[in-house]
Amino acid sequence: MSTFSNLLHRSYLEVPDKVSIVLQHAGEADQEITYRQLILGANQYALSYAREELKPGEVVLLILQHGQDLTFAFWGAILHGVIPAIMPFLSEKLSPERYRADLASLISITKPSAIITSAEFEEEARSALVPGDSIRKIIVTNTIETQSEPDFESLPGMKAMPDDIVILQHSSGTTGLQKGVALSHKAVLNQLEAYSKAINLDAEKDVIVSWLPLYHDMGLISCFLMPVLLRVPVIEMSPFDWVRAPYKLMQSVSQYKGTLSWLPNFAYNFCANKIRERNLEDVDLSSWRAIINCSEPVHAESHKLFVEKFEKFGLRPNTLQTSYAMAENVFGVTQSLLEAGPTVDEIDRESFMKNRVATPPITGQPSMKILSSGRLLDNTKIRIINENGEDIPDRLIGEIMLQSNCMLTGYYNRPDATESVLRNGWYITGDIGYLADGELYVSGRKKDMIIVGGKNIYPQDLETLTSEVPGVHPGRTVAFGMYDEEAGTEEVVIIAEVDSEEASEQEVIADAIRKHVTKSSAIALRHVKVVGEKWIVKTSSGKIARSANKEKFIGELKS
Amino acid sequence: MTTEIISTLAKFIAEKILKQPNKEIKPDESLISSGLIDSFSLMDLALFVEDTYGVRIEDTELNAQTFDNLSQLTELIASRQK
Repeated sequence: MSTFSNLLHRSYLEVPDKVSIVLQHAGEADQEITYRQLILGANQYALSYAREELKPGEVVLLILQHGQDLTFAFWGAILHGVIPAIMPFLSEKLSPERYRADLASLISITKPSAIITSAEFEEEARSALVPGDSIRKIIVTNTIETQSEPDFESLPGMKAMPDDIVILQHSSGTTGLQKGVALSHKAVLNQLEAYSKAINLDAEKDVIVSWLPLYHDMGLISCFLMPVLLRVPVIEMSPFDWVRAPYKLMQSVSQYKGTLSWLPNFAYNFCANKIRERNLEDVDLSSWRAIINCSEPVHAESHKLFVEKFEKFGLRPNTLQTSYAMAENVFGVTQSLLEAGPTVDEIDRESFMKNRVATPPITGQPSMKILSSGRLLDNTKIRIINENGEDIPDRLIGEIMLQSNCMLTGYYNRPDATESVLRNGWYITGDIGYLADGELYVSGRKKDMIIVGGKNIYPQDLETLTSEVPGVHPGRTVAFGMYDEEAGTEEVVIIAEVDSEEASEQEVIADAIRKHVTKSSAIALRHVKVVGEKWIVKTSSGKIARSANKEKFIGELKS
Repeated sequence: MTTEIISTLAKFIAEKILKQPNKEIKPDESLISSGLIDSFSLMDLALFVEDTYGVRIEDTELNAQTFDNLSQLTELIASRQK
């Protein structure tokens, strides 16, 4: 069994001049990084970590934007044997105070020893520190050691064992940042073995093109760890640039003859709706062999929009694929068969809603189409269970549980959270779905997580923030997601009870909620509904039931 | 002319981007640095300006340094229409 550091070492010896990563930044020339350059750059960071007396096994937080420093700082951590956790960068949307508070709370649980950041962010990072916390060093990218030939014999990361934790992976928000998914070398490499087989990955022929951020599992695993460790070239553009110019993804695929990309569902709608054809002159997408939809619910309609838009630029319809993935399994759980593409299952709507069973459509009755997430990876098993925890047969809808040789070691320093998701060695996903003919169909979620553009959002975080707004009854707020067909993703709805029945005053409070929640969570809200007393539905035990309130809200929207 | 552009842009942002048709947006109210318009909607605004006024805003200009409120955006449009 190998480790990340062994694989890097081998690449350094065997393919030093092969291009590993091409970094793209708007307005700048593309930057090619060969394996030799990657490891020389990583070594500078490894030496800096040693200089700062960081010990193998300690956690380092990387707060860096897309680019060379992030790349080198990450792989430097691997060479030094410290555990990197990539944090999202402070955005304009988020208030610095909240960023600091979230960072401080992450530090209090994860207990990292150092923060690696740029000079411009150093002060911000410092302001999140409190006396007695675990941070001993803030390492600024302009103070790192100069380049030298790596001495693999003395690099502590070379002594890592396959079961050692190699990375931490956080999702967003206050709740998400307090749960770092800890993954071992072995888990990640087992995942890469199974996943690369499912997509017939070929280091000689494939080129991955990505705009995904690396603080998210989809970007980190499929478009960073997998290509670098398995020697597949990857073209990485900045997510910041992509969102302002989504056509750059197509231009990069065309320019570099890209073969593989991963996108969250909303990106299909975003590209189809917002790219102008004038930006696609001479673009040829025929090299793309798979574009894999994952990290939020997949929709056939989004695929259709994408194909209609890009077919004339050489996109082949059978390129569009799906995968069901999660950080707790490193990444992929399933993958659609690339030759055949994902199946669409048309089922009777009423049986699905009322009887929780996916049966063939009945003539004259409303039906619905569910896009398959594909087949299980070789190393992963799943079970679908009912409310009593019993296994149920094909086509019955229940909760998805999984087991594999690439599961999380645990949520870092959170045995309580780990225990609540593991049952007899099975991971309880909280997602709802069914199996049919060996394909998995994910049809909903048991947990109330909202997923916007592939980003997981805990509604309780948003409800807490809403309660902080003056005029809102603390604890009498509810947040949920609602699928928006045009955007191809969920939009956030917040409902808050207030004293005032007056419309103008309610509008002022609604505005204040939008501002406060957005600034504190970096989530844009689509609907904020301010209501009078007793609007919010509670269960008999006095708890706010998000699904019941969602139904009521949708009912009022329609009427 | 300027007030007309401002009110057209304000209406577009309130209705199409924020989905709050009654929301009033002041000419000097910050749009980008405040997070009012999130990055996913910046393109919508650029495309609307292009379709309505025939003025191109490049993707590298979609940031608070180029314009952050309606007055500044209107100035940018006017300067490019000449």
